[in-house]
Amino acid sequence: MFCDGAAALAGRASIRDVNCLDLLTATDIMLPKELKERLEAEIKHVEHPRELAVDVMFAIQDHYGYLSDAALAEAAAMLDMTPLELDELATFYTFTFREPVGKYVIHVCDSVVCWMNGYESVKDYLSRTLGVGLGETTADGLFTLLPVCCIGYCDRSPAMLVNRRVHGELTPEKIDEILETCRHKAAEGRTR
Amino acid sequence: MNEAQPDCRNQRHTMNNMYPQVLFKNRHPDRIATLEEYRAGGGYQALTEVVTRRSRHEVQEIILDAALLGRGGAAFPAGRKMMTIAADAPFPRYLVCNADEMEPGTFKDRVLIHADPHMLIEGIAITAWAVRAEKAVIFIRPEYENAARILEREIRIAAAAGYLGRGILGSDYGLEVVVHRSAGRYICGEVTAQLNALMGRRPNPKQPPPYATEKGLWGRPTLAHNVETLACLPHIVRNGAEWFKKLALTPTGAGTKIFAISGKVKRPGCYELPIGIRLSEIVEECAGGMLDGSEFKACLPGGASTGFLPRQHYHIEMDFDALKKAGNRLGTGAIMVFDHKTCLVAATLNLMEFFARESCGWCTPCREGLPYIRDLLARIEAGEGEAEFVPMLEEMKVHLYRSYCAFAPGAAAPLESLLAHFNEEIQEHIRGKRCPFKKEPGPEAAGWVKPRYIA
Repeated sequence: MFCDGAAALAGRASIRDVNCLDLLTATDIMLPKELKERLEAEIKHVEHPRELAVDVMFAIQDHYGYLSDAALAEAAAMLDMTPLELDELATFYTFTFREPVGKYVIHVCDSVVCWMNGYESVKDYLSRTLGVGLGETTADGLFTLLPVCCIGYCDRSPAMLVNRRVHGELTPEKIDEILETCRHKAAEGRTR
Repeated sequence: MNEAQPDCRNQRHTMNNMYPQVLFKNRHPDRIATLEEYRAGGGYQALTEVVTRRSRHEVQEIILDAALLGRGGAAFPAGRKMMTIAADAPFPRYLVCNADEMEPGTFKDRVLIHADPHMLIEGIAITAWAVRAEKAVIFIRPEYENAARILEREIRIAAAAGYLGRGILGSDYGLEVVVHRSAGRYICGEVTAQLNALMGRRPNPKQPPPYATEKGLWGRPTLAHNVETLACLPHIVRNGAEWFKKLALTPTGAGTKIFAISGKVKRPGCYELPIGIRLSEIVEECAGGMLDGSEFKACLPGGASTGFLPRQHYHIEMDFDALKKAGNRLGTGAIMVFDHKTCLVAATLNLMEFFARESCGWCTPCREGLPYIRDLLARIEAGEGEAEFVPMLEEMKVHLYRSYCAFAPGAAAPLESLLAHFNEEIQEHIRGKRCPFKKEPGPEAAGWVKPRYIA
């Protein structure tokens, strides 16, 4: 995926820079056969392939960790869309990533209820513990810290998501425990 | 997340509710209601009755008579919306169930799905039948993955029992129900944006006409309803419009409402209560009152797109009509309570930050106006505000109403009410060149704010 590294250095990964695809060998951009066949079967089952755009992006992102230019191009081909059309979606949604992210993406809710119940403390604690600011990834590639709007767990605020799973009523101890569990899983080679 | 498990912790505050429980009647503290339990309480009787004995027009009439207003925030009469699908409208027709629920403060649909998924499924089936839709799509936010899995599982169970799929209950009517996961953006809750999202297009709203009921999903007639609205349907059909209207405490209201209360109260959570119940009763009886040392200052009565309701309305009847008379809206019924120690300039700044970030960016008043407002508020909050900022905010607020969809006018609501009811608080910031609510930085300021749920 070196073309994305270059694009990231240039500021923003760009799907319009299709020439970079030529730099990749076929195996670099090929999804595993099993995953590809599963997605193709699902696409075949629906009337309009593009209605599965989000599902396909999620599946590919779960595999690669993020949506690289090459992965996006491959997904677009399956969905009968142009890479640009799919990029319009990939850059729009909160939970699709066009740049490399950590193995665990932490989204801290900063909307009004969490805000009044200690969002700042949660964010500061995570920042201090992980040594990164919002929008950054830890040096070991394990955690990315991001803000997110209301996640619908106001009754358990302050709350955050780790790889889209919710954790509420956060305390420093609880956050330590959550991070520890992630590190443990990562050491064992599991993501979720 | 291997198994679709009920989200039990959100139900721990099931109170001794003295009011009739309709939508939450099968709500258990620790698990979802099964198909058998739902059926034992009369579940799927309404669907059986409509497909075998009622005409479509009759069902639409009952819903109209019941004065069921949309529970997703807009309060549009559900019966009237159904009737806008013309009798001779082309096929296929679609029903979209909006389970996106991204309005800040709102979590009622999540709790409802986790409590009794079949109630929603029956509501979908009845509504789809009433407009002869052959496919229903449940649009759900990605944070609700558990709810999505519960629905997928229970849809299969309902289909196996003959309530969905081909030839429902021996009739010639068939319905397919699918779950569509979003990848998360607030604007996807807006119906035209949601339809774009469902079609794999960038979810920018579109200004009608054509309306969705005429040309919606894939250019076909499409009816869209909120989860809670649909869940009311089986009860109205089974018990009649009069019964439903009488559930409300006010003559102008109809039915019950799930109020999701959060903020500076002792027991935040979801409570099913009659429309027209007093705000003070919800805060004191259901939510256990204000936190110790906190006094009620204001609340947002129905999500981030409603205005701050000041203390003078503490005993207001929570009815669409009463809130309207107070210059506010019932919205989604998500009550967010602010106490006397919370700065409402900072709260509005937070809300504007939310709206500015979530704007789809399509039209100018919204894309440009919201960051402008946010910056003015940020400067006021930081003690850099000037007297002319207030008329600037007043002017900018008007521009928000010139946008394509309801997003920016929704964002205007909290700002408008801040200017109307808490002008003195803004002035205090400007005069004192600091936020009067911020303590001088001390040793505790850098520390942890202890969450109040931890004893």
